[in-house]
Amino acid sequence: MNRETTVWTVVFLLGAVLLAIRGVMVGGLFGTAYVKVDEREFVKVATDDGETLWVDAHDEDALDYDLTQAPESDRRRWTTAEQATPIEYQQAVADDPNQTQYRFSLSRTLGIWIAAFFTLAIFSFLYKDNPFYKVAESVVVGVSAAYWMVVGFWNVLVPNLFGMIEPRLVNTWAMPGLDSTENHWIFIVPLVFGIMLLMRLSPKGSWIARWPLAFFIGVFCGIRLLGFLHADFLSQIRNSVVSLYVTDGGGMDILWDSLRNLILVIGVLACLVYFFFSFEHKGMVGRTARLGIWFLMITFGAGFGFTVMGRIALLAIRLEFLFDDWLWLIDPTSKRLADVAGMLMPSLSIIT
Amino acid sequence: MYEFFKNLDRRWVFLLMLLAVAVPILLEAKFPEKATGLATAVFTEVENLEAGAPVLLAFDFDPASEGELGPMATAFVRHCCEKKLRMYFLTLWPVGPRMVEDAVARVIKADFPELKYGDDWVNLGYKSGYEGVIKVIVTDLKQLYTTDHFGTSIGNIPMMEHIQSVQDFDLVINVSAGYAGTKEWVQYASTPFPNIRIVAGCTGVQAPLLYPYIPSQLPGLLGAIKGAAEYEKLVLDKYGANHPVRDADGNPVLDEDGNPVIPGKYLEGIRRMGPQMVAHILMIMLIIVGNVIYFVERSREGR
Repeated sequence: MNRETTVWTVVFLLGAVLLAIRGVMVGGLFGTAYVKVDEREFVKVATDDGETLWVDAHDEDALDYDLTQAPESDRRRWTTAEQATPIEYQQAVADDPNQTQYRFSLSRTLGIWIAAFFTLAIFSFLYKDNPFYKVAESVVVGVSAAYWMVVGFWNVLVPNLFGMIEPRLVNTWAMPGLDSTENHWIFIVPLVFGIMLLMRLSPKGSWIARWPLAFFIGVFCGIRLLGFLHADFLSQIRNSVVSLYVTDGGGMDILWDSLRNLILVIGVLACLVYFFFSFEHKGMVGRTARLGIWFLMITFGAGFGFTVMGRIALLAIRLEFLFDDWLWLIDPTSKRLADVAGMLMPSLSIIT
Repeated sequence: MYEFFKNLDRRWVFLLMLLAVAVPILLEAKFPEKATGLATAVFTEVENLEAGAPVLLAFDFDPASEGELGPMATAFVRHCCEKKLRMYFLTLWPVGPRMVEDAVARVIKADFPELKYGDDWVNLGYKSGYEGVIKVIVTDLKQLYTTDHFGTSIGNIPMMEHIQSVQDFDLVINVSAGYAGTKEWVQYASTPFPNIRIVAGCTGVQAPLLYPYIPSQLPGLLGAIKGAAEYEKLVLDKYGANHPVRDADGNPVLDEDGNPVIPGKYLEGIRRMGPQMVAHILMIMLIIVGNVIYFVERSREGR
């Protein structure tokens, strides 16, 4: 057994022992998920003006109709499952041990454990590149690609393309809520462009894909150019033209607002001078450019600080997931009974 | 000591950072929050709206930034519910609908069950096209949104009756993790149409890029988890006691001082500032140590 295999074996054994200890402390399986199951029923009814309508049998609107006469073929039933907290499940079982509305969810429990494993697998890269990290990374890439494809088909192609070209077909096949019946034949143009883009996959016809690509780049450049020109260039010039002596407000407000505007104007001018390369950066120009560098450095520092804050927040949420949803070490949202949750950790609320 | 720090394996730094974040989470350490001007500006924009005013909530983020932006989304939805505003959710990110559903389940379904879908809130779902979507819906929303997220025709949703475009909303609230997000909403909505007012919450990485838009193009901005914590504090100060934790009999649970206990879901931003504080102190110390090593090394080399 080489050193790397030994390290990972020890890590897994240690992890298994710690999980077993945690299980003993909790008194059973932790990291479990529960759902609230609701039975739904829709019934087809006839309205006074002769139209047919599907009504929710459990909705108060259904009281306006006699649903008992509806044949079985005009009824649609299904169940929905919404996430429930362990405390809701425990309370429901305590009230009625035979209840079936709140249930243990095996699939969601497996989801929590798989998510915990992948989180740790990604973290393991900080120690060293390893097969677990590679598996987790590949799964993320694969799942994301598949998800984008599915979302792209049902949210873009179906309503925005097929639904425009042949709305009646899409209405009966996929989107009953689509009430447009007008054919927009102009949408055949993007359909053709889309097919031309797919020609990129053809060894001989790949050049065909360049034409729609050129069109998209041209349109996109135009849209982006206008957006930046208006919001980031012209508007920013206007926003920089500010009064150096603010007269609104009173007392210290005048002083601080004036100082802020002064720093803004000096900062803008100094940074512009720094990027002005037609003159050699010597003398007055050099000193102003140097001031511009200071402003830029402070800006980069602020950006770095914000980035650090963002990254720490991301780490915090993953650790919260591990400690709360998986290991049940903390319970900040009161999801579990007090004798299970937070049994290890006292709360340290310095000032709330 | 110098040699030790100079040759320190970076994995020890990773471990220190892990502990700096993990320990405050386990101890549930919290620190006081005080709202700054930008958070107050966002709060005031929402607060000034009349009950029933239409508000567009664009949740342009995904699970990768949920830790930073989830608390903001929760606080925004709660504030809108408390103000009895009509909420229109949409997203320009493919995974965004799930983020909308999470916020709806956490706030509306849990604490405001009296709000009815179609009358008080609607989920318009995801549309692809990034800024192209914004560019269209600022003048004609129904050209792109023919159905809601669940496939119901827009014509059958009562609260959509008076909405023709984004210009009909009294406020746009954008929670943004990147492209397409706040920058695009400013570029294609609030700049060409100054009657569209936008406030936003964004990730830390984005915040410095958005500051130049304040205040004329973007009246208020919540930057990263700090902004979320400040906004949470403002919402809790005004509406905190409205929806306390309740026991099995439905009575409010009181803390040691006799105050109602606030549900943890409304304190996520404030709670996550605990690990931030400790991790930032560690970062500052590491930067100081790194600089000391640099200057000592330079002086030893006689430069």
